[in-house]
Amino acid sequence: MTQKYRLATGGLIDRRVTVPFTFDGKAMTGHAGDTLASALLANGVHLVGRSFKYHRPRGIVSAGAEEPNALVGVGRDEGHYTPNLRATQVELYHGLRAESQNRTPSLERDVGSITDRLWRFFPAGFYYKTFMWPKGAWTKFFEPRIRAIAGLGRSPAAPDAARYAQIYAHCDVLVIGAGPAGLSAALAAAETGARVILCDEQPQFGGALLAEPGQSAWLAEQRARLAGFANITMLPRTIAFGYFPHNMIGLAQDLTDHQGETSDDAPRGRLWQVRAKQVITATGAIERPLVFPDNDRPGIMLADAARTYVERYAVKPGNRAVVFTAHDDAYRAAVSLHEAGVTIAAIVDLRESPEGPCLDAARAAGLPIRTHATIIGTEGNLRVAAVSVATIGAANAERIACDLVLMSGGFTPSVHLFSQSRGKLAFDPALDAFIPGTPAEPTIAAGAASGCQSLEAAIASGRAAGLSATGQAVAAPVAETVAAGFLGEVPHGRDPASVRAFVDFQNDVTAKDITLALAEGFRSIEHVKRYTTTGMATDQGKTSNMNALGIVSKSLGVPIPSIGTTTFRMPYTPIPFGYFAGYARGDLFEPVRETPIHAWAAEQGAVFEDVSLWKRARYFPRGAETMHEAVARECAAVRAGVGLFDASTLGKIEITGPDAAEFLNRMYVNAWTKLKPGRLRYGILLREDGFIIDDGVVGRIADDRFHVTTTTGGAARVLNMMEDYLQTEFTDLKVWLTSTTEQYAVIAVQGPRAREVIAPLVEDADISAAAMPHMSVVECRVAGVPARLFRVSFTGELGFEINVPADYGRAVWEAIDQAGQTHGIVPYGTETMHVLRAEKGYIIVGQETDGTATPDDVGLTWAIGKAKPDFVGKRALARTALASQTDRKQLVGLLTADPAEVLEEGAHLVADPAQPIPMTMLGHVTSSYWSAALNRSIALAMVRNGRARIGETLHVPLPGRSVAVTLTDPVFYDPEGARLDG
Amino acid sequence: MQKFSAFALAKEALSGQKGWTRQWRDAAPKPAYEAIIVGGGGHGLGTAYYLAKKHGLRNIAVLEKGWIGGGNTGRNTTIIRSNYLFDESAALYDHSVKLWEGLSADLNYNVMFSQRGVMMLSHNVHDEQVFKRHVHANRLNGVDNEWLSPDQAKSFCPPLNIAPGMRHAVTGAALQRRAGTARHDAVAWGYARAADALGVDIIQNCEVTGIDRDASGRVSGVQTSRGAIATRRLGIVAAGNTSVLMAMAGQRMPLESYPLQALVSEPIKPIFPCVVMSNTIHAYISQSDKGELVIGAGTDAYISYSQRGALHISSHTLEAICELFPMFRRMRMLRNWGGIVDVTPDRSPIIAKTEVPGLYVNCGWGTGGFKATPGSADLFAYTMAKDEPHKINAPFNLERFGAGRLIDEAAAAAVAH
Repeated sequence: MTQKYRLATGGLIDRRVTVPFTFDGKAMTGHAGDTLASALLANGVHLVGRSFKYHRPRGIVSAGAEEPNALVGVGRDEGHYTPNLRATQVELYHGLRAESQNRTPSLERDVGSITDRLWRFFPAGFYYKTFMWPKGAWTKFFEPRIRAIAGLGRSPAAPDAARYAQIYAHCDVLVIGAGPAGLSAALAAAETGARVILCDEQPQFGGALLAEPGQSAWLAEQRARLAGFANITMLPRTIAFGYFPHNMIGLAQDLTDHQGETSDDAPRGRLWQVRAKQVITATGAIERPLVFPDNDRPGIMLADAARTYVERYAVKPGNRAVVFTAHDDAYRAAVSLHEAGVTIAAIVDLRESPEGPCLDAARAAGLPIRTHATIIGTEGNLRVAAVSVATIGAANAERIACDLVLMSGGFTPSVHLFSQSRGKLAFDPALDAFIPGTPAEPTIAAGAASGCQSLEAAIASGRAAGLSATGQAVAAPVAETVAAGFLGEVPHGRDPASVRAFVDFQNDVTAKDITLALAEGFRSIEHVKRYTTTGMATDQGKTSNMNALGIVSKSLGVPIPSIGTTTFRMPYTPIPFGYFAGYARGDLFEPVRETPIHAWAAEQGAVFEDVSLWKRARYFPRGAETMHEAVARECAAVRAGVGLFDASTLGKIEITGPDAAEFLNRMYVNAWTKLKPGRLRYGILLREDGFIIDDGVVGRIADDRFHVTTTTGGAARVLNMMEDYLQTEFTDLKVWLTSTTEQYAVIAVQGPRAREVIAPLVEDADISAAAMPHMSVVECRVAGVPARLFRVSFTGELGFEINVPADYGRAVWEAIDQAGQTHGIVPYGTETMHVLRAEKGYIIVGQETDGTATPDDVGLTWAIGKAKPDFVGKRALARTALASQTDRKQLVGLLTADPAEVLEEGAHLVADPAQPIPMTMLGHVTSSYWSAALNRSIALAMVRNGRARIGETLHVPLPGRSVAVTLTDPVFYDPEGARLDG
Repeated sequence: MQKFSAFALAKEALSGQKGWTRQWRDAAPKPAYEAIIVGGGGHGLGTAYYLAKKHGLRNIAVLEKGWIGGGNTGRNTTIIRSNYLFDESAALYDHSVKLWEGLSADLNYNVMFSQRGVMMLSHNVHDEQVFKRHVHANRLNGVDNEWLSPDQAKSFCPPLNIAPGMRHAVTGAALQRRAGTARHDAVAWGYARAADALGVDIIQNCEVTGIDRDASGRVSGVQTSRGAIATRRLGIVAAGNTSVLMAMAGQRMPLESYPLQALVSEPIKPIFPCVVMSNTIHAYISQSDKGELVIGAGTDAYISYSQRGALHISSHTLEAICELFPMFRRMRMLRNWGGIVDVTPDRSPIIAKTEVPGLYVNCGWGTGGFKATPGSADLFAYTMAKDEPHKINAPFNLERFGAGRLIDEAAAAAVAH
């Protein structure tokens, strides 16, 4: 197909560059500078899609972001496919492949259009009134069929191949929109030296002036001036999509989509988060369609869009046009098209006696004008073929053949961003439209977005906004007379029940759907929207909301400002998920944390597990060992000799200051005052509701310095909680908190031979049993590296935890491993750590406890500093349900009757497994392992009144069977603690 | 009440849709009511319906300061499930699921309850422990919930990425097949219409400005933007605004209000057959009947009454969605919005009498109230009618906070409701 509708001259396209593309497999060409929509129109294609509900044939309505109909899927392969793109926004590139949507088997013949023939059976909200019988049929029968008809495009079938970038920026003035007002605003602000960011969704700056050849000199001059300012950042192809609190604006910048099939190395787009001192919204205005019977046929488009296709893209959108208007601007379109060789069969004006220079120009060109007239119907299936025109109130109509209808109901200022900012809209009765009123943020609207209609007024308001935003004096606004247009359904005199005048094209909402909703009691505009779905399509009502309001207003006899609008929400136009996700993908999605020992463990073939954001070595299999075998071997090695464990992920907080001990007294349940420097204590932290939130060993390094450890997952939470209390509750304390989690590598050496292994490596400290008892800390050197050496055990064996600067972690680890070889040292992972601590009945916060356990529940009452006046959670512990000893769940051990049976963690305990469902559950298994030391399974459980039940038999009901268990003390191994001293 | 059916649709199709009548009357307030419900969301409208239907009250009003269904009822991601851990919660939410199963027929309004299954993803050993604990507890409570391997999870939800090398690999999932979604607006409208048919006055644009009490301290009525209205039975069901209303009766509530966001993509043909939730990486997603991907984000960190959330919260959710479903990375966000969720100290609701005679409160649903709508309404109606709680909602009283008898599902499971 050749570009039959391309004009020989004019426009901003580059005729030297021919751009091949396909639409539904048909090969066509356009030129550089085309959008997909303009290229399709150049090839005479109006039919581009099917509507959502009735699958009506639909054409291109607009030339911009407001397009409701021309939705297509674009992409060279599944990894680059995007559905639902507006052809009016897709820049044409070499080889572009577009497909139409929501049609089977073809755009011309769509079986889904059966709903169109049966339209009387599908009024607004029909689905609420049927499909209710029989029970279950909705899920299994009706819903799948409705879903198949609904939806528009299809999902990409393969992962996105593109990359995305993100950036943060600050500026004095952010100008959104580079039309005449935005350009003037940016230049006025930049002249003061202010840092300005100017963005526009179009590839070129100019806005509406891109379709005004008469203004090209002025535009060129402004662009040249822009280039002269180093303090202006210019962002074309950048949509301001969201207005967030405190003047933060989200921008989405297209980087490569318009270039076509480029490599995926360069980012596809960039999300900007701009914090601006002042924002100027120069976002223009959107033309409204007129709501008349069968106003949705391909070939019926907005008048200003048609003019844009002629003037900017040098495309003739048809051969014979009828112009239907309630606004002078459409006359300019009529003249443009006439000059481009389109026959203007009639200009039909709803107004009784319109006058003005635009009309004069049309009359001068000899165009036939009918005033006080209306269109009462159209013909044509895949393209409009004729309209019926009648004088308002008259019975007989004249049929006028045409292949193009232009419509204009006037213009709606684009107040989306202003309204998102929570600024109050004001209704301008002269415009019949909402304009920005009282702002909620430092923001100024300019140009058509603020209600201007003439170029002079727009330029002046832009300049004033730019001056005002930079604190300069502002001249009085340019006076102009604005014109409103028409809102709602036009008069057509036909039986309303038998015609469909579309308000929301994409969602197929007609004027009578709206009156039906009103009749059924849906009076709030939000109810009307939700019941009819008007304004809920992918264009979010850009062309339809005001007409819907007009219909509601007229039907209810309530003025529009009393009805109000629905809420404007971000994004202004749809933005790919990838922009928001940005760099956060793969390993950069919640970036992996690795310890200084990680690489060593990986080299040894360790199997890792995720623990919060960390990778932790779970076990170190040798040869073909299973996890079970490896863990049994590692456990045995620690109990009999010595093991090496990477505890670096433990949270660490350095607490310093003269009141450090008092701060810990107030935070933790334990008493800290009497803890001497050089000693350790096991601390328990509660929430204010009395439940355990964290635990860890705390070392007193000096009178005013503590080394606090937390659980791996709790590190950030505990630091936040401490800071919160310090800054809001305990403001009298002189205390400083520093996270040192990543500053230390922590190497645990555990087992009866632990001391023998490290002794040769320790300098500046006596680590003999006499000099360094259990639960003490000393600062020394280990393998030549400064260290905080803890004598502490989470295994029940003699143990040390060596804290060394993280950069030396691996070196010290390797030195210990080397020194331990003659002692048979074995690295072990988290799984072995879990088994060893469970054999000793040591809890893991988050496994034995679940946010509902008190210290007493898990047998840790001894840790509470009884004499302390207060600590976080103390008051809560006195509450009746917590102080009660009879129905609390308490920590116990479990032994299965069959020693080989390892219970599933999470399984529940009951007294009588034969009772009917729902069963009375007494507790659940929190930890369950095979114990190599005991040569049998062991488990820990939280059981109601468990300590009093020790010795009793309970049952674990499993699907199809039940396991008997005996409740025991939770300490299975070395209950006397004799092994702590090796 | 005009009966809705395929037959009625056909009849109206042939007569120009002229026969449809108001789904509920635009009632003006009467001087007095037997019972007044403040809050025209699903819970409040449902309460009025069950008060009229099951307890025989006829003179009931629902007062709504805006438009019915405009709060969290119309802003949530419509997930319905009952696989809660604790006995009290499982009983509450499963009572609700059972009512959902018959709700369309009961109301003669298609609320589109779709039992598509809700699958909760496990990403690590801790998740597995938590979810298996749920599966075991649910089985013994008679609530369906089953454990799936990653392959089984993928076959239930084909778009799911289960590559072992992904950042937070999927290690399994807990699936409740009876769980699903419903059409949120229809719930409000269906209850409104059915309640109206039983004589309930639904009064919109009527803001309560004061609560009147007699000499004994008992509730005697309310002051509203449309005048004083007398009643001796007042139920407050106002989500985030409950604290404000209860303060009018001198009651301080254990509630904090946070913004919670959700978003939808542009509509696409059916691709996503169920609901998937991942609490570990903060995302949940389903596909609406219209075709939009419906995605829920987390709450903001700060309390607020602003019905919008911070960009970084929704961005983080989309990061997670794009990792779990890489084919959706090019899908586009169509609309993002916020609601205000009222959160109690244990993240479980309050459905209770108060210390003020005649004053009842139903609130604290946090991020998970929609799923409970029918059950909550039914139990609250019972509590108001009998002046005592039903045994299912008895544990969800106000006294539990003072006593420490919390029902802390979120702490127990690290699970977003």
